[in-house]
Amino acid sequence: MVKTTHEEKMRTARFKPDVKPHIVVDGQKCGECSLKSCVYVCPANLFVPLADGSILFNYEQCFECGACYVACNEEGAISWSYPAGGFGVTFREA
Amino acid sequence: MTTALTTRKKDYDAIVVGAGPAGAGAALLMARAGMRVLLLERGEYPGAKNVSGAAFYGSSILHEVIPNFWEEAPVERILTKRTLAFMSPESSLSVDFQTKSFAAPPYNGFTIMRPRFDRWFAGKAVEAGATLVSSTVVDDLLYDGANRDRVVGVKTRRDDGDVTADLVIACDGVNSFLAKKAGMQKTFTSHEISLGVKEVIGLDQTVLEDRFRLTGDEGAVAEYVGDITAEVHGGGFLYTNKDSLAIGVICQLSSLAEHKQRPYELLERFKAHPSVAPLVRGGKPREYSAHLVPEAGLHMMPKLFRDGMMVAGDAAAFCFATGLYIEGINYAMQSGFAAAEAAILAHQAKDFSSASLARYEDRLDARHVLPDFKNFKSAPGYVNSERMANLYPALITRGAEQLFRVDGHGKKKIMAIARQTLKDNDVSTLNLIKDLYAGGKAFGW
Repeated sequence: MVKTTHEEKMRTARFKPDVKPHIVVDGQKCGECSLKSCVYVCPANLFVPLADGSILFNYEQCFECGACYVACNEEGAISWSYPAGGFGVTFREA
Repeated sequence: MTTALTTRKKDYDAIVVGAGPAGAGAALLMARAGMRVLLLERGEYPGAKNVSGAAFYGSSILHEVIPNFWEEAPVERILTKRTLAFMSPESSLSVDFQTKSFAAPPYNGFTIMRPRFDRWFAGKAVEAGATLVSSTVVDDLLYDGANRDRVVGVKTRRDDGDVTADLVIACDGVNSFLAKKAGMQKTFTSHEISLGVKEVIGLDQTVLEDRFRLTGDEGAVAEYVGDITAEVHGGGFLYTNKDSLAIGVICQLSSLAEHKQRPYELLERFKAHPSVAPLVRGGKPREYSAHLVPEAGLHMMPKLFRDGMMVAGDAAAFCFATGLYIEGINYAMQSGFAAAEAAILAHQAKDFSSASLARYEDRLDARHVLPDFKNFKSAPGYVNSERMANLYPALITRGAEQLFRVDGHGKKKIMAIARQTLKDNDVSTLNLIKDLYAGGKAFGW
């Protein structure tokens, strides 16, 4: 078995965070969302639901896949673009 | 925007956005034809943002453009062995195909690592005369005409970042913000898109070759269907690189959200399956990655061209994900080449109108891209249906278990086992016939 925890997986990826977040989440819309799909689909586990119904998120370890905004069912709750050129994730063996 | 942009000499003949297999392929052919080509890439280098299994099938396609490319390209292994496995939580039944005929040039396929291969391929476009600028995001298009009629360039996220061209080819990947901005692609729904997560796991080369019974540079790919991803619609894959394995799961986004499953936990579940765990045992995790897969084929294809612009690769949903086949790189390359062929004719005729660029579709037909997607248009929906994704693979393994179990209760004949298995699992004869017919229609005729 080569079991790896999510933290161990994330440590094998290389990120160079842009200073400006490339993901913006509209907390008010998240509060009204009962599904919170982003929490489950994100391969980097960047979306954490809080007790008050809002979402805590981090953009720095993002694979830039787009799963969150595609899965999001609240129109416009997740604004998503790419980090600036040369920033973000850099794969070496993918 | 004024008409001055149309009449003024453009910075480039063509701008290609995205230096993956579609973009680099398009840039290569256009540069060879003497066009002034700018190839833009948002990653630190081409391939830095790209993830696949990665099996690159159909190497004869690239061989036609770069003869004997395998002698210089960073390929991992020559694919001669293919396995399809049906899984239940504790069992698996697999079909192995192996042939020496795939071990001879021009080969049938290779495993590759995208950050290495794509970088090499983009380098070939540069050798041919294309200008590659990495670390550059394209945020929008430049238009000409009162109603943004014609695309005349791109807006990059750099100071003075507007660049003009007669033609823009968007090869900007599955998310293709450019196709959406140009009004050519709709917003995706989460049942059209799957998420792939994968780990590259280092393994001693001799151990790997012994474990997968590989000779020399030969390699194996295995696709897994059924209970890999629990009730989530999806599958698994395991590919052999030179001294590592690429193992991953692909999950339909809507299904992940519906069942509240995490993709990386499903990957661990797959790695722990009794038929998979011994294959990855003792390996050293080297890189975890994730990427979206446009899985709905023809149903999510954008408008492929408009005045001054074409769309190719994943951006045009040229990803052939039908369960039996999971191919993207070959179709991306073919579509890039097809776009380049249309672009070269447009350049010669000095006509970049949508009527002129309609030749792109002819070239996609000639290169068998659109015909393949049309022929198999019902396959993605079929393999992602509830019974195909989970129930039937479970039935197959349960049936096999009964067939091979020896417990002193007497042997049953195959049809008796089949009938009992279907009955135990509440599969009606009508549904079975419907599914067999749909499967035949998707893959058989």
